[in-house]
Amino acid sequence: MNMIGAMNTAAFKDIPGTYVFTGERAIEGRHLNRFCMSLMSAAHRTRFKADERAYLDEWPMLESQKQAVLRRDFEALLEQGGNIFFVLKIAAVDGRPTQSVAASFAGQSTEEYAAMMRNGGRSPAGLRSISGRF
Amino acid sequence: MARITAGIGSSHVPAIGAALDGGRTAHPDWAPIFAGYEWSQKWLQEQKPDVVILVYNDHASAFSLDIVPTFAIGCADSFEPADEGWGPRRVPVVHGHSKLAWHIANCVVLDEFDLTIMNLMDVDHGLTVPLSLMLGQPAEWPVKVIPLAVNVIQYPTPTANRCFRLGEAIARAVKSFPEDLNVQVWGTGGMSHQLSGRRAGLINREWDTRFLDQLTADPDALRTLSHEEYIREAGSEGMELIMWLTMRGALGPKIRELHRFYHVPASNTAVGHVVFTPEG
Repeated sequence: MNMIGAMNTAAFKDIPGTYVFTGERAIEGRHLNRFCMSLMSAAHRTRFKADERAYLDEWPMLESQKQAVLRRDFEALLEQGGNIFFVLKIAAVDGRPTQSVAASFAGQSTEEYAAMMRNGGRSPAGLRSISGRF
Repeated sequence: MARITAGIGSSHVPAIGAALDGGRTAHPDWAPIFAGYEWSQKWLQEQKPDVVILVYNDHASAFSLDIVPTFAIGCADSFEPADEGWGPRRVPVVHGHSKLAWHIANCVVLDEFDLTIMNLMDVDHGLTVPLSLMLGQPAEWPVKVIPLAVNVIQYPTPTANRCFRLGEAIARAVKSFPEDLNVQVWGTGGMSHQLSGRRAGLINREWDTRFLDQLTADPDALRTLSHEEYIREAGSEGMELIMWLTMRGALGPKIRELHRFYHVPASNTAVGHVVFTPEG
């Protein structure tokens, strides 16, 4: 059987607009993701909502990560080590559906995105590879 | 002796749970999905399995990034529905089968699959949505469930082949359990989807269809696919499909497909569903 070798992180980076949550990203996003996980507790959610900046300052995150949280820039959060399932907890605090976040990544309104999904979703054609290998 | 009588594959889309819990099953966005599981619900009522080994993934509910087990088996008596940030789903508590779970742990660890033992764990939509799709909305789940959580979030995730071989090891373990139990293995998650980046909303119907075809006809083709191919073709969250291979591995070399359903709903994820029985 043709077995798989070491995890090919270079191949991951060849997939357009796709964040694969490797150890490298986990290191960068460690405190950001811990902050996000803290929002699982109602008491923490209340404190965050009362004063977002003050709550963020309790975490040793990069200033650029805090700014991305404050402006709900999910693309910037993922670029700085956020994991999608963790940063979605910020959207949950806002009562914002996952689909609205997904749409924002692609620069679409939720309505445009939902219409695309009802029509069978986004085709992978032309979105497989930056290098053109696939 | 315990025996594995069937395997089920199912997506676990959270919006389906929300539609069900919110009484929106007749809404045109969701009705086709519930229709696609009608046959399976009737079939399952006739099958009356004693235990389901439910292979699923947690979504930052029971596991933060502080501890990331590659494979974790639920050995507790019961598992509470997790609060995923908007209150737990109002579904029954999931009852486990501690003796069979511990037997599987004993066997497969000696078989060199190093499972993490979970004696306290909440279960999120990854586990409860497939239960709802297959069992509807009963006051109590009519089957015991052994949760088997697979890390598909923090890389390195296990290979497709490792998931398949774990399924084979689980089958060996179940066969050596002395109680007479009707056991099913469910592989959940997928199919193609991606929640982030400019490929958000990616659906690959052609690839998903081939995946379903090859599950029966040529699972070796699926177990040797690389991580990058799963991500490239099925999207970053399409990686969840490796969990279907644990179910497939547990069924033995030849299987029969009894039922298949595929539908792309208005949310983010292609819903795939199959019912298999082992042959010989």
